Amino acid sequence: MPVLNANLTLQAAQFANLPETLQTILFMVLGAAIFAGAAAVLALVGVYLERKISAHMQDRVGPMEVNTEIPVLKNIGHGWAQTLADALKLLIKEDIVPAEADKKLHLMAPFIVFAATLAGFSVLPFGPGLVASDLNVGLFYIIAISSFVVIGIILAGWSSNNKWSLLGAMRSAAQIVSFEIPASLALLVVIMAVGSLNLGDIVAAQAGGIHKWLIWWYPPFNILAFFVFFVASLAELNRAPFDMPEAESEIVAGFHTEYSGMKWAMFFLAEYANMFLVGVIIATLFLGGWTSPFGDFLNSGPFPVFWVTLKAFIVIFVQIWLRWTLPRVRVDQLMYTSWKVLTPFAFVAMVGAGIWMML
Amino acid sequence: MLFNFANVLTFIVFGAVFVGINITLSRILQARNPHPVKLSTYECGELPEGDSWIQFNIRFYVIALIFLIFEVEIVFLFPWATVFKELGLFAFVEMMIFVFILLVGLAYVWVKGDLEWDKSTAVPDPALAPSAARQELTEAIAS
Repeated sequence: MPVLNANLTLQAAQFANLPETLQTILFMVLGAAIFAGAAAVLALVGVYLERKISAHMQDRVGPMEVNTEIPVLKNIGHGWAQTLADALKLLIKEDIVPAEADKKLHLMAPFIVFAATLAGFSVLPFGPGLVASDLNVGLFYIIAISSFVVIGIILAGWSSNNKWSLLGAMRSAAQIVSFEIPASLALLVVIMAVGSLNLGDIVAAQAGGIHKWLIWWYPPFNILAFFVFFVASLAELNRAPFDMPEAESEIVAGFHTEYSGMKWAMFFLAEYANMFLVGVIIATLFLGGWTSPFGDFLNSGPFPVFWVTLKAFIVIFVQIWLRWTLPRVRVDQLMYTSWKVLTPFAFVAMVGAGIWMML
Repeated sequence: MLFNFANVLTFIVFGAVFVGINITLSRILQARNPHPVKLSTYECGELPEGDSWIQFNIRFYVIALIFLIFEVEIVFLFPWATVFKELGLFAFVEMMIFVFILLVGLAYVWVKGDLEWDKSTAVPDPALAPSAARQELTEAIAS
Protein backbone atom coordinates (compact mmCIF):
# COMPACT_ATOMS: atom_id res chain seq x y z
CA MET A 1 0.00 0.00 0.00
CA PRO A 2 2.75 2.59 0.75
CA VAL A 3 3.89 2.25 -2.88
CA LEU A 4 0.38 2.97 -4.06
CA ASN A 5 0.10 5.92 -1.70
CA ALA A 6 3.36 7.39 -2.90
CA ASN A 7 2.21 6.90 -6.44
CA LEU A 8 -1.07 8.68 -5.74
CA THR A 9 0.71 11.58 -4.03
CA LEU A 10 3.00 11.88 -7.03
CA GLN A 11 0.04 11.91 -9.37
CA ALA A 12 -1.74 14.50 -7.23
CA ALA A 13 1.36 16.69 -7.37
CA GLN A 14 1.50 16.32 -11.14
CA PHE A 15 -2.20 17.17 -11.32
CA ALA A 16 -1.60 20.36 -9.32
CA ASN A 17 1.10 21.43 -11.80
CA LEU A 18 -1.29 21.37 -14.75
CA PRO A 19 -2.76 24.66 -16.00
CA GLU A 20 -5.91 25.67 -14.18
CA THR A 21 -8.28 25.39 -17.14
CA LEU A 22 -7.06 21.88 -17.90
CA GLN A 23 -7.47 20.97 -14.24
CA THR A 24 -11.05 22.20 -14.28
CA ILE A 25 -11.86 20.30 -17.46
CA LEU A 26 -10.24 17.10 -16.16
CA PHE A 27 -12.15 17.49 -12.90
CA MET A 28 -15.44 17.91 -14.76
CA VAL A 29 -14.86 14.93 -17.03
CA LEU A 30 -13.85 12.79 -14.06
CA GLY A 31 -16.97 13.84 -12.16
CA ALA A 32 -19.21 13.07 -15.11
CA ALA A 33 -17.48 9.71 -15.57
CA ILE A 34 -18.07 8.78 -11.92
CA PHE A 35 -21.72 9.79 -12.09
CA ALA A 36 -22.27 7.98 -15.40
CA GLY A 37 -20.63 4.87 -14.01
CA ALA A 38 -22.75 5.10 -10.87
CA ALA A 39 -25.90 5.57 -12.95
CA ALA A 40 -25.08 2.49 -15.04
CA VAL A 41 -24.29 0.36 -11.97
CA LEU A 42 -27.41 1.52 -10.11
CA ALA A 43 -29.52 0.81 -13.19
CA LEU A 44 -28.11 -2.73 -13.27
CA VAL A 45 -28.91 -3.13 -9.56
CA GLY A 46 -32.41 -1.91 -10.39
CA VAL A 47 -32.79 -4.54 -13.11
CA TYR A 48 -31.72 -7.28 -10.70
CA LEU A 49 -34.06 -5.97 -8.00
CA GLU A 50 -36.95 -5.96 -10.45
CA ARG A 51 -36.32 -9.60 -11.36
CA LYS A 52 -36.00 -10.73 -7.77
CA ILE A 53 -38.83 -8.68 -6.28
CA SER A 54 -41.25 -9.69 -9.02
CA ALA A 55 -40.20 -13.32 -8.55
CA HIS A 56 -40.88 -13.21 -4.81
CA MET A 57 -44.19 -11.44 -5.31
CA GLN A 58 -45.30 -14.20 -7.64
CA ASP A 59 -44.01 -16.93 -5.33
CA ARG A 60 -41.22 -18.16 -7.56
CA VAL A 61 -37.45 -17.93 -7.19
CA GLY A 62 -36.34 -15.97 -10.24
CA PRO A 63 -32.88 -16.38 -11.78
CA MET A 64 -30.81 -18.66 -9.51
CA GLU A 65 -28.21 -20.27 -11.76
CA VAL A 66 -25.76 -17.67 -13.04
CA ASN A 67 -22.73 -17.60 -10.76
CA THR A 68 -18.94 -17.58 -10.93
CA GLU A 69 -16.18 -19.83 -9.67
CA ILE A 70 -14.44 -16.93 -7.87
CA PRO A 71 -14.34 -18.13 -4.23
CA VAL A 72 -15.84 -15.18 -2.34
CA LEU A 73 -18.43 -14.24 -4.95
CA LYS A 74 -19.51 -17.85 -5.37
CA ASN A 75 -21.14 -17.83 -1.93
CA ILE A 76 -23.46 -14.94 -2.72
CA GLY A 77 -25.54 -17.21 -4.92
CA HIS A 78 -29.10 -16.25 -5.84
CA GLY A 79 -28.08 -15.86 -9.49
CA TRP A 80 -26.47 -12.50 -8.73
CA ALA A 81 -24.45 -12.58 -11.99
CA GLN A 82 -27.60 -12.77 -14.13
CA THR A 83 -27.55 -9.04 -14.87
CA LEU A 84 -23.89 -9.16 -15.90
CA ALA A 85 -24.66 -12.11 -18.15
CA ASP A 86 -27.52 -10.13 -19.67
CA ALA A 87 -25.20 -7.19 -20.33
CA LEU A 88 -22.66 -9.47 -22.01
CA LYS A 89 -25.36 -11.09 -24.11
CA LEU A 90 -26.65 -7.71 -25.25
CA LEU A 91 -23.11 -6.61 -26.09
CA ILE A 92 -22.51 -9.45 -28.54
CA LYS A 93 -26.04 -9.58 -29.92
CA GLU A 94 -26.60 -8.68 -33.54
CA ASP A 95 -27.93 -5.19 -34.09
CA ILE A 96 -30.82 -5.47 -36.56
CA VAL A 97 -31.90 -2.26 -38.27
CA PRO A 98 -34.94 -2.73 -40.52
CA ALA A 99 -34.25 -2.07 -44.19
CA GLU A 100 -37.22 0.30 -44.32
CA ALA A 101 -36.11 2.39 -41.34
CA ASP A 102 -34.58 5.84 -41.34
CA LYS A 103 -31.15 4.66 -40.23
CA LYS A 104 -29.71 7.97 -39.05
CA LEU A 105 -32.65 8.82 -36.80
CA HIS A 106 -32.82 5.20 -35.68
CA LEU A 107 -29.24 5.49 -34.42
CA MET A 108 -29.74 8.95 -32.96
CA ALA A 109 -32.67 8.09 -30.66
CA PRO A 110 -30.79 6.10 -27.96
CA PHE A 111 -28.17 8.86 -27.78
CA ILE A 112 -30.79 11.50 -27.01
CA VAL A 113 -32.65 9.37 -24.48
CA PHE A 114 -29.56 8.35 -22.53
CA ALA A 115 -27.82 11.75 -22.65
CA ALA A 116 -30.97 13.49 -21.41
CA THR A 117 -31.34 10.98 -18.58
CA LEU A 118 -27.72 11.31 -17.52
CA ALA A 119 -27.91 15.11 -17.68
CA GLY A 120 -30.60 14.96 -15.00
CA PHE A 121 -28.09 13.35 -12.62
CA SER A 122 -25.85 16.42 -12.68
CA VAL A 123 -27.90 18.43 -10.16
CA LEU A 124 -28.75 15.67 -7.68
CA PRO A 125 -27.24 16.26 -4.23
CA PHE A 126 -25.78 13.10 -2.69
CA GLY A 127 -24.37 14.78 0.42
CA PRO A 128 -23.28 18.14 1.78
CA GLY A 129 -21.43 19.71 -1.17
CA LEU A 130 -21.50 16.39 -3.00
CA VAL A 131 -23.24 17.60 -6.14
CA ALA A 132 -21.80 17.73 -9.64
CA SER A 133 -23.42 20.99 -10.64
CA ASP A 134 -24.94 23.18 -7.92
CA LEU A 135 -27.39 25.06 -10.16
CA ASN A 136 -29.57 27.70 -8.52
CA VAL A 137 -32.38 26.70 -10.90
CA GLY A 138 -31.89 22.97 -10.18
CA LEU A 139 -35.50 21.85 -10.01
CA PHE A 140 -36.53 23.83 -13.08
CA TYR A 141 -33.57 22.39 -14.94
CA ILE A 142 -34.65 18.83 -14.08
CA ILE A 143 -38.17 19.45 -15.45
CA ALA A 144 -36.69 20.91 -18.63
CA ILE A 145 -34.07 18.25 -19.28
CA SER A 146 -36.35 15.31 -18.47
CA SER A 147 -38.73 16.47 -21.22
CA PHE A 148 -35.95 15.82 -23.73
CA VAL A 149 -36.45 12.09 -23.35
CA VAL A 150 -39.75 12.33 -25.21
CA ILE A 151 -37.96 13.68 -28.29
CA GLY A 152 -35.78 10.58 -28.36
CA ILE A 153 -38.83 8.36 -27.94
CA ILE A 154 -40.73 10.00 -30.80
CA LEU A 155 -37.61 9.79 -32.95
CA ALA A 156 -37.28 6.08 -32.18
CA GLY A 157 -40.94 5.41 -32.96
CA TRP A 158 -41.04 7.40 -36.18
CA SER A 159 -37.70 6.26 -37.60
CA SER A 160 -38.48 2.55 -37.13
CA ASN A 161 -41.20 2.76 -39.81
CA ASN A 162 -43.24 0.26 -37.86
CA LYS A 163 -46.88 0.70 -36.86
CA TRP A 164 -46.38 -0.57 -33.33
CA SER A 165 -43.45 1.77 -32.81
CA LEU A 166 -45.42 4.71 -34.11
CA LEU A 167 -48.40 3.97 -31.85
CA GLY A 168 -46.13 3.51 -28.85
CA ALA A 169 -44.27 6.74 -29.50
CA MET A 170 -47.52 8.67 -29.97
CA ARG A 171 -48.95 7.33 -26.74
CA SER A 172 -45.73 8.06 -24.93
CA ALA A 173 -45.67 11.67 -26.12
CA ALA A 174 -49.31 12.18 -25.09
CA GLN A 175 -48.63 10.65 -21.70
CA ILE A 176 -45.41 12.45 -20.81
CA VAL A 177 -46.81 15.79 -21.94
CA SER A 178 -50.05 15.34 -19.99
CA PHE A 179 -48.44 14.24 -16.75
CA GLU A 180 -45.86 16.99 -16.79
CA ILE A 181 -48.54 19.51 -15.73
CA PRO A 182 -49.53 17.86 -12.41
CA ALA A 183 -45.89 16.95 -11.70
CA SER A 184 -44.72 20.54 -12.15
CA LEU A 185 -47.63 21.89 -10.10
CA ALA A 186 -46.82 19.49 -7.27
CA LEU A 187 -43.22 20.69 -7.33
CA LEU A 188 -44.47 24.26 -6.92
CA VAL A 189 -45.68 23.39 -3.41
CA VAL A 190 -42.12 22.46 -2.42
CA ILE A 191 -40.67 25.57 -4.02
CA MET A 192 -43.19 27.82 -2.27
CA ALA A 193 -42.44 26.20 1.08
CA VAL A 194 -38.65 26.47 0.78
CA GLY A 195 -38.34 29.57 -1.40
CA SER A 196 -35.55 28.18 -3.55
CA LEU A 197 -35.10 26.11 -6.70
CA ASN A 198 -31.73 24.83 -5.54
CA LEU A 199 -31.90 21.17 -4.47
CA GLY A 200 -29.22 21.72 -1.80
CA ASP A 201 -31.33 24.46 -0.17
CA ILE A 202 -34.39 22.22 -0.27
CA VAL A 203 -32.49 19.48 1.60
CA ALA A 204 -31.06 21.98 4.09
CA ALA A 205 -34.59 23.15 4.93
CA GLN A 206 -35.47 19.60 5.99
CA ALA A 207 -32.46 18.95 8.23
CA GLY A 208 -33.06 17.67 11.75
CA GLY A 209 -34.89 14.39 11.52
CA ILE A 210 -37.92 12.63 10.13
CA HIS A 211 -40.48 15.12 11.54
CA LYS A 212 -38.87 17.98 9.57
CA TRP A 213 -39.37 16.35 6.17
CA LEU A 214 -41.29 18.41 3.62
CA ILE A 215 -43.96 15.74 3.29
CA TRP A 216 -45.23 16.72 6.78
CA TRP A 217 -45.34 20.48 6.16
CA TYR A 218 -48.74 22.19 5.78
CA PRO A 219 -50.81 19.02 6.16
CA PRO A 220 -52.62 17.73 4.20
CA PHE A 221 -51.42 19.77 1.22
CA ASN A 222 -47.83 18.55 1.06
CA ILE A 223 -48.82 14.92 1.38
CA LEU A 224 -51.30 15.51 -1.44
CA ALA A 225 -48.53 17.07 -3.53
CA PHE A 226 -46.31 14.09 -2.75
CA PHE A 227 -48.91 11.62 -3.99
CA VAL A 228 -49.66 13.68 -7.09
CA PHE A 229 -45.96 13.86 -7.92
CA PHE A 230 -45.44 10.15 -7.26
CA VAL A 231 -48.29 9.09 -9.55
CA ALA A 232 -47.29 11.59 -12.24
CA SER A 233 -43.68 10.45 -12.10
CA LEU A 234 -44.79 6.84 -12.56
CA ALA A 235 -46.53 7.94 -15.75
CA GLU A 236 -43.56 9.98 -16.92
CA LEU A 237 -41.34 6.95 -16.41
CA ASN A 238 -43.76 4.85 -18.48
CA ARG A 239 -43.96 2.51 -15.51
CA ALA A 240 -46.91 0.28 -14.68
CA PRO A 241 -49.81 0.87 -14.22
CA PHE A 242 -49.19 3.58 -16.83
CA ASP A 243 -46.93 1.56 -19.15
CA MET A 244 -49.20 2.11 -22.15
CA PRO A 245 -46.33 2.98 -24.52
CA GLU A 246 -44.84 -0.49 -23.99
CA ALA A 247 -48.02 -2.49 -23.48
CA GLU A 248 -46.91 -5.93 -24.68
CA SER A 249 -50.41 -7.27 -25.06
CA GLU A 250 -51.46 -4.44 -27.39
CA ILE A 251 -48.53 -2.96 -29.26
CA VAL A 252 -45.69 -5.50 -28.91
CA ALA A 253 -42.92 -3.39 -27.35
CA GLY A 254 -44.03 0.09 -28.31
CA PHE A 255 -41.41 2.53 -29.50
CA HIS A 256 -38.51 0.06 -29.20
CA THR A 257 -40.08 -2.79 -31.17
CA GLU A 258 -37.45 -2.49 -33.90
CA TYR A 259 -34.48 -2.10 -31.57
CA SER A 260 -32.15 -4.92 -30.61
CA GLY A 261 -28.77 -5.46 -29.05
CA MET A 262 -26.89 -2.54 -27.54
CA LYS A 263 -29.24 0.17 -28.84
CA TRP A 264 -32.13 -1.50 -27.07
CA ALA A 265 -29.96 -1.95 -23.97
CA MET A 266 -29.41 1.81 -23.92
CA PHE A 267 -33.17 2.44 -23.77
CA PHE A 268 -33.43 -0.15 -21.02
CA LEU A 269 -30.54 1.33 -19.06
CA ALA A 270 -31.97 4.82 -19.45
CA GLU A 271 -35.32 3.59 -18.13
CA TYR A 272 -33.81 2.16 -14.96
CA ALA A 273 -31.47 5.13 -14.53
CA ASN A 274 -34.58 7.30 -14.81
CA MET A 275 -36.25 5.29 -12.04
CA PHE A 276 -33.28 6.01 -9.81
CA LEU A 277 -33.36 9.68 -10.84
CA VAL A 278 -37.00 9.97 -9.84
CA GLY A 279 -36.24 8.08 -6.62
CA VAL A 280 -33.56 10.59 -5.66
CA ILE A 281 -35.78 13.53 -6.65
CA ILE A 282 -38.66 12.28 -4.49
CA ALA A 283 -36.24 11.58 -1.62
CA THR A 284 -34.73 15.06 -1.96
CA LEU A 285 -37.98 16.99 -2.27
CA PHE A 286 -40.21 15.22 0.22
CA LEU A 287 -38.19 12.74 2.29
CA GLY A 288 -35.29 14.79 3.60
CA GLY A 289 -32.72 14.04 0.91
CA TRP A 290 -29.34 13.08 2.33
CA THR A 291 -30.16 14.08 5.91
CA SER A 292 -30.53 11.35 8.49
CA PRO A 293 -34.07 10.54 9.70
CA PHE A 294 -32.67 10.58 13.28
CA GLY A 295 -31.52 14.19 13.50
CA ASP A 296 -27.76 14.46 14.04
CA PHE A 297 -27.41 10.72 14.65
CA LEU A 298 -25.49 9.01 11.77
CA ASN A 299 -25.49 12.20 9.75
CA SER A 300 -21.83 12.57 8.78
CA GLY A 301 -19.07 10.81 6.89
CA PRO A 302 -20.42 8.39 4.28
CA PHE A 303 -23.91 8.34 5.79
CA PRO A 304 -25.50 11.10 3.66
CA VAL A 305 -24.82 9.06 0.52
CA PHE A 306 -26.17 5.98 2.25
CA TRP A 307 -29.39 7.72 3.34
CA VAL A 308 -30.23 9.23 -0.03
CA THR A 309 -29.49 5.95 -1.82
CA LEU A 310 -31.60 4.02 0.69
CA LYS A 311 -34.52 6.42 0.31
CA ALA A 312 -34.24 6.28 -3.47
CA PHE A 313 -34.26 2.50 -3.42
CA ILE A 314 -37.30 2.47 -1.16
CA VAL A 315 -39.09 4.62 -3.76
CA ILE A 316 -37.88 2.23 -6.51
CA PHE A 317 -39.17 -0.70 -4.46
CA VAL A 318 -42.62 0.90 -4.28
CA GLN A 319 -42.53 1.47 -8.05
CA ILE A 320 -41.70 -2.21 -8.66
CA TRP A 321 -44.29 -3.28 -6.10
CA LEU A 322 -46.98 -1.27 -7.91
CA ARG A 323 -45.97 -2.78 -11.23
CA TRP A 324 -46.60 -6.32 -9.99
CA THR A 325 -49.78 -5.40 -8.16
CA LEU A 326 -51.90 -3.19 -10.40
CA PRO A 327 -53.28 -4.02 -13.84
CA ARG A 328 -52.48 -1.72 -16.73
CA VAL A 329 -54.92 1.15 -17.34
CA ARG A 330 -56.43 2.03 -20.73
CA VAL A 331 -55.32 5.06 -22.75
CA ASP A 332 -58.52 6.99 -22.08
CA GLN A 333 -58.28 6.18 -18.36
CA LEU A 334 -54.73 7.48 -18.47
CA MET A 335 -55.81 10.82 -19.87
CA TYR A 336 -58.65 10.93 -17.37
CA THR A 337 -56.18 10.41 -14.50
CA SER A 338 -53.94 13.20 -15.66
CA TRP A 339 -56.37 15.96 -16.58
CA LYS A 340 -59.41 15.27 -14.44
CA VAL A 341 -57.87 13.86 -11.25
CA LEU A 342 -54.24 14.83 -10.77
CA THR A 343 -54.31 18.35 -12.24
CA PRO A 344 -57.25 19.56 -10.06
CA PHE A 345 -55.71 17.94 -6.98
CA ALA A 346 -52.36 19.54 -7.74
CA PHE A 347 -54.08 22.93 -7.93
CA VAL A 348 -55.81 22.25 -4.61
CA ALA A 349 -52.46 21.39 -3.02
CA MET A 350 -50.78 24.49 -4.45
CA VAL A 351 -53.52 26.98 -3.52
CA GLY A 352 -54.09 25.35 -0.13
CA ALA A 353 -50.43 25.41 0.84
CA GLY A 354 -50.19 29.01 -0.42
CA ILE A 355 -53.11 30.15 1.75
CA TRP A 356 -51.62 28.32 4.75
CA MET A 357 -48.28 30.06 4.22
CA MET A 358 -50.01 33.44 3.94
CA LEU A 359 -51.86 33.03 7.27
CA MET B 1 -22.70 29.84 -12.30
CA LEU B 2 -21.36 29.47 -15.82
CA PHE B 3 -19.01 26.78 -14.54
CA ASN B 4 -22.03 24.83 -13.30
CA PHE B 5 -23.64 24.93 -16.73
CA ALA B 6 -20.37 23.78 -18.29
CA ASN B 7 -20.60 20.82 -15.93
CA VAL B 8 -24.08 20.05 -17.20
CA LEU B 9 -22.72 20.13 -20.75
CA THR B 10 -20.02 17.65 -19.70
CA PHE B 11 -22.74 15.31 -18.50
CA ILE B 12 -24.64 15.53 -21.78
CA VAL B 13 -21.49 15.00 -23.85
CA PHE B 14 -20.40 12.18 -21.58
CA GLY B 15 -23.80 10.49 -21.88
CA ALA B 16 -23.57 10.61 -25.67
CA VAL B 17 -19.97 9.33 -25.60
CA PHE B 18 -20.99 6.50 -23.25
CA VAL B 19 -23.69 5.35 -25.69
CA GLY B 20 -21.26 5.75 -28.59
CA ILE B 21 -18.60 3.60 -26.94
CA ASN B 22 -21.10 0.89 -26.07
CA ILE B 23 -22.62 0.75 -29.54
CA THR B 24 -19.19 0.76 -31.21
CA LEU B 25 -17.93 -1.97 -28.90
CA SER B 26 -21.01 -4.03 -29.61
CA ARG B 27 -20.55 -3.47 -33.35
CA ILE B 28 -16.98 -4.85 -33.12
CA LEU B 29 -17.95 -7.88 -31.04
CA GLN B 30 -21.24 -8.90 -32.64
CA ALA B 31 -21.80 -11.34 -35.48
CA ARG B 32 -23.46 -9.65 -38.44
CA ASN B 33 -25.50 -11.88 -40.62
CA PRO B 34 -28.12 -9.81 -42.44
CA HIS B 35 -30.94 -11.43 -44.36
CA PRO B 36 -33.78 -9.71 -46.26
CA VAL B 37 -36.42 -11.42 -44.13
CA LYS B 38 -34.62 -10.59 -40.91
CA LEU B 39 -34.36 -6.96 -41.96
CA SER B 40 -38.02 -6.64 -42.86
CA THR B 41 -40.28 -4.58 -40.62
CA TYR B 42 -41.89 -6.56 -37.81
CA GLU B 43 -45.60 -6.99 -38.18
CA CYS B 44 -46.47 -10.11 -36.21
CA GLY B 45 -44.78 -12.36 -38.76
CA GLU B 46 -46.88 -11.12 -41.69
CA LEU B 47 -45.46 -9.22 -44.62
CA PRO B 48 -45.61 -5.53 -43.71
CA GLU B 49 -48.69 -3.88 -45.14
CA GLY B 50 -47.82 -0.47 -46.57
CA ASP B 51 -45.73 2.26 -45.04
CA SER B 52 -46.18 3.61 -41.52
CA TRP B 53 -45.06 7.12 -42.44
CA ILE B 54 -48.60 8.21 -42.96
CA GLN B 55 -50.97 10.84 -41.63
CA PHE B 56 -52.54 9.48 -38.49
CA ASN B 57 -55.09 10.67 -35.99
CA ILE B 58 -53.00 11.95 -33.14
CA ARG B 59 -56.12 12.67 -31.04
CA PHE B 60 -54.04 15.16 -29.34
CA TYR B 61 -54.24 18.50 -31.02
CA VAL B 62 -56.44 20.16 -28.44
CA ILE B 63 -54.69 18.54 -25.50
CA ALA B 64 -51.36 19.73 -26.91
CA LEU B 65 -52.72 23.27 -26.97
CA ILE B 66 -54.00 22.99 -23.38
CA PHE B 67 -50.63 21.60 -22.37
CA LEU B 68 -48.90 24.57 -23.97
CA ILE B 69 -51.09 27.03 -22.07
CA PHE B 70 -50.55 25.31 -18.74
CA GLU B 71 -46.83 24.93 -19.34
CA VAL B 72 -46.49 28.65 -20.02
CA GLU B 73 -48.50 29.29 -16.88
CA ILE B 74 -46.12 27.09 -14.88
CA VAL B 75 -43.15 28.98 -16.28
CA PHE B 76 -44.73 32.13 -14.82
CA LEU B 77 -45.51 30.41 -11.53
CA PHE B 78 -41.98 29.16 -10.84
CA PRO B 79 -40.27 32.53 -10.26
CA TRP B 80 -43.29 33.72 -8.29
CA ALA B 81 -43.19 30.61 -6.07
CA THR B 82 -39.50 31.16 -5.34
CA VAL B 83 -39.98 34.62 -3.84
CA PHE B 84 -43.65 34.64 -2.91
CA LYS B 85 -43.08 34.73 0.86
CA GLU B 86 -41.26 38.04 0.49
CA LEU B 87 -43.81 39.48 -1.93
CA GLY B 88 -46.65 39.17 0.54
CA LEU B 89 -50.42 39.06 0.24
CA PHE B 90 -50.82 41.33 -2.78
CA ALA B 91 -48.74 39.12 -5.11
CA PHE B 92 -50.45 36.02 -3.72
CA VAL B 93 -53.95 37.32 -4.47
CA GLU B 94 -52.86 38.48 -7.90
CA MET B 95 -51.40 35.06 -8.73
CA MET B 96 -54.54 33.34 -7.46
CA ILE B 97 -56.60 35.43 -9.91
CA PHE B 98 -54.22 34.34 -12.69
CA VAL B 99 -54.57 30.69 -11.67
CA PHE B 100 -58.34 31.06 -11.39
CA ILE B 101 -58.61 32.32 -14.99
CA LEU B 102 -56.70 29.26 -16.18
CA LEU B 103 -58.85 26.96 -14.08
CA VAL B 104 -61.91 28.44 -15.78
CA GLY B 105 -60.21 27.51 -19.06
CA LEU B 106 -59.66 23.96 -17.83
CA ALA B 107 -63.31 23.72 -16.74
CA TYR B 108 -64.35 24.97 -20.19
CA VAL B 109 -62.41 22.33 -22.14
CA TRP B 110 -63.59 19.72 -19.66
CA VAL B 111 -67.25 20.59 -20.25
CA LYS B 112 -66.71 20.81 -24.01
CA GLY B 113 -65.34 17.27 -23.93
CA ASP B 114 -61.92 18.02 -25.37
CA LEU B 115 -60.23 16.06 -22.62
CA GLU B 116 -61.88 12.84 -23.78
CA TRP B 117 -59.56 10.45 -25.56
CA ASP B 118 -62.35 8.45 -27.15
CA LYS B 119 -64.22 10.87 -29.40
CA SER B 120 -66.06 8.30 -31.49
CA THR B 121 -69.66 9.30 -32.13
CA ALA B 122 -70.41 6.57 -34.67
CA VAL B 123 -73.41 4.33 -33.97
CA PRO B 124 -72.60 0.59 -33.93
CA ASP B 125 -73.18 -1.08 -37.30
CA PRO B 126 -76.36 -3.25 -37.06
CA ALA B 127 -74.76 -5.76 -39.43
CA LEU B 128 -72.08 -6.44 -36.83
CA ALA B 129 -74.58 -6.99 -34.00
CA PRO B 130 -75.03 -10.60 -32.85
CA SER B 131 -77.87 -12.39 -34.62
CA ALA B 132 -81.13 -13.28 -32.86
CA ALA B 133 -80.23 -16.96 -32.87
CA ARG B 134 -76.88 -16.27 -31.26
CA GLN B 135 -78.50 -14.08 -28.62
CA GLU B 136 -80.98 -16.81 -27.82
CA LEU B 137 -78.12 -19.24 -27.48
CA THR B 138 -76.26 -16.88 -25.15
CA GLU B 139 -79.33 -16.46 -23.00
CA ALA B 140 -79.92 -20.22 -22.95
CA ILE B 141 -76.35 -20.77 -21.78
CA ALA B 142 -76.70 -18.02 -19.18
CA SER B 143 -79.92 -19.48 -17.77
